[in-house]
Amino acid sequence: MQRRTRTFLVSAFVAALVVVAGFLYFTPGYLPSIPGAVEANPTTQTINKGEYLARAGDCIACHTAPGGKQFAGGRAMATPFGNIYAPNVTPDDETGIGRWTSDDFYRMMHQGISRDGALMYPVMPFASYTKVTREDSDAIYAYMMSVPPVNQKNRAHELRFPFNQRDLLIGWRALYFKAGEYVSDTKKSTQWNRGAYLVEGLGHCAMCHTAINKLGGSKTSQEFEGGMIPNQNWYAPSLTSNREAGLGNWTIKEITDLLQAGISHRATVYGPMAEVVYNSLQYLSDADVEAMAVYLKELPQRDSEPAPTQSARLVSPNVMELGRKIYAKQCLMCHGEEGKGHPPEYPPLASNQSITMSSPVNSIRMVLNGGYAPGTKRNPKPHGMPPFSHILNDDEVAAVVTYIRVAWENSGTPVIAGQIGELRTIVPE
Amino acid sequence: MEARVQGCVTCHGQSGQGTSNEYFPRIAGKPAAYLYNQLVAFRDGKRVYPPMNYLVAYLPDAYLRDIAEHFSKQRPEFEPKQQTTAATAVVSRGATLALSGDPSKQVPACIICHGPGLTGMEPGIPGLVGLRSSYIVAQLTRWRTGNRQAPQPDCMKRIADRLSEADVHAVATWLSTQDAPRDASPASSNLQKMPLACGSQR
Repeated sequence: MQRRTRTFLVSAFVAALVVVAGFLYFTPGYLPSIPGAVEANPTTQTINKGEYLARAGDCIACHTAPGGKQFAGGRAMATPFGNIYAPNVTPDDETGIGRWTSDDFYRMMHQGISRDGALMYPVMPFASYTKVTREDSDAIYAYMMSVPPVNQKNRAHELRFPFNQRDLLIGWRALYFKAGEYVSDTKKSTQWNRGAYLVEGLGHCAMCHTAINKLGGSKTSQEFEGGMIPNQNWYAPSLTSNREAGLGNWTIKEITDLLQAGISHRATVYGPMAEVVYNSLQYLSDADVEAMAVYLKELPQRDSEPAPTQSARLVSPNVMELGRKIYAKQCLMCHGEEGKGHPPEYPPLASNQSITMSSPVNSIRMVLNGGYAPGTKRNPKPHGMPPFSHILNDDEVAAVVTYIRVAWENSGTPVIAGQIGELRTIVPE
Repeated sequence: MEARVQGCVTCHGQSGQGTSNEYFPRIAGKPAAYLYNQLVAFRDGKRVYPPMNYLVAYLPDAYLRDIAEHFSKQRPEFEPKQQTTAATAVVSRGATLALSGDPSKQVPACIICHGPGLTGMEPGIPGLVGLRSSYIVAQLTRWRTGNRQAPQPDCMKRIADRLSEADVHAVATWLSTQDAPRDASPASSNLQKMPLACGSQR
């Protein structure tokens, strides 16, 4: 009996030690400072390389508020758990990252731990940035140190309990985060590996193109299989399904056009992807964009759900007729007979995967709010589609979206008026 | 260019003349610099109207300038002027504010800056003729609340603050019931000294 109590006490003590040690291990505090660091004297070449890589990582998109100073933070990132405000990452000593060393910066990129040891919320894509090499991290650091410092205090996050408890991130990290630089696949070409490095690392494409669960995590097994982007209400299509944005039957040129110019003969980017092209991809070199295209095209094809059945695709003749009439009156002028479009300016709707994919959200939003492709170096004056929210009622939008999803041998399913009303109330962004 | 700006036409009309919708403004013939300032403000979130903020979010300066110039050169017919059921006193108060101003409130007349024909003034002051009262009321109200701003010094803010709600309603009513001008072109730049310093005229 006594022995049992003692065993219990010892085990309890050991368990407590493990918890405390784990806590200390996972909340690591400041890094020791190393004297004589050479990082204050980067070459122009390194800074330029860092600028290029910062573009590839699209740092600016989140760390600059609309109309605000570059990299000074303050942009609200709406999450299902409350608002997170991107911090100031200018090299201001007091309010930015001016006191950070390249070691601090690498630990942040690689492990998602801030300079003071705080665990970072995974809205910062460190789960992707962990793949970035130390050399590239140092170049980005050198660039960030070279931009104008802005003295602007960080705005406190507005997260609901319990999500405002950073220690809970220990659990999140155990489930969804694995630190580790990109490891080349020796069976693949250098080009493929470069593409993989950019897509999986700085590009952090999986942040949107992999479904996010209730805990804000994404499963590696479903990587690039698409999902709704939380709080933005755009659907990021699957990159692995040829029924969505799977690129298996696209040419490399079509993919590079879409990524770099924002338009292609197959499709056009709008919404959050227009932002990515505008702030990031348009600046990447032809070689890098091509490498990304090669990698994306070779992603293994797998469908998370089966193709819609014949009965799921049934549409009443009245709806089809209403949709056809609206198409002829409002859409045909640009999208042409038979939905062939006049690519690349006016995208085709026939056999366009983004029209027929299982979620109709993007098509509905385009009809309601219109959209402009991003103005890029290769396409500085994009054509635009006007909003129809004030012209078409819910039944009409449902009919015309249904029509473009099932006409011309398109393989989509019909939508109903209820789906339109819901999206009408959402502020376009 | 006309093909490129099809994104604008369901709200602003094929040539920027406006549509039957009460709220969407005529943009044709407004000075190019004014239109450009608005497009940039919408893109950068400094003027807030989500459907517009969304549409122009990823368009570069040079292109916004082209779009502004395109619409500034349009001279489509005006939509029929609005009819009003407002009391005569309201309309006459509006006329006074627009044509003479209100010295007791230090409010200059609209026509001093927005042009004798209310067709605006180069480079940065918009025409008011052809706008609907609900749009004008909304804009003046937004200025009063700080929701809409012009480049500093923001002369329109100072004027909007001096107007009462009744004044806003009166002047909007009067403006929306004016006949189309013979020449819709904006007045030339700073023909006369501005009564208040305006950032958009610099």
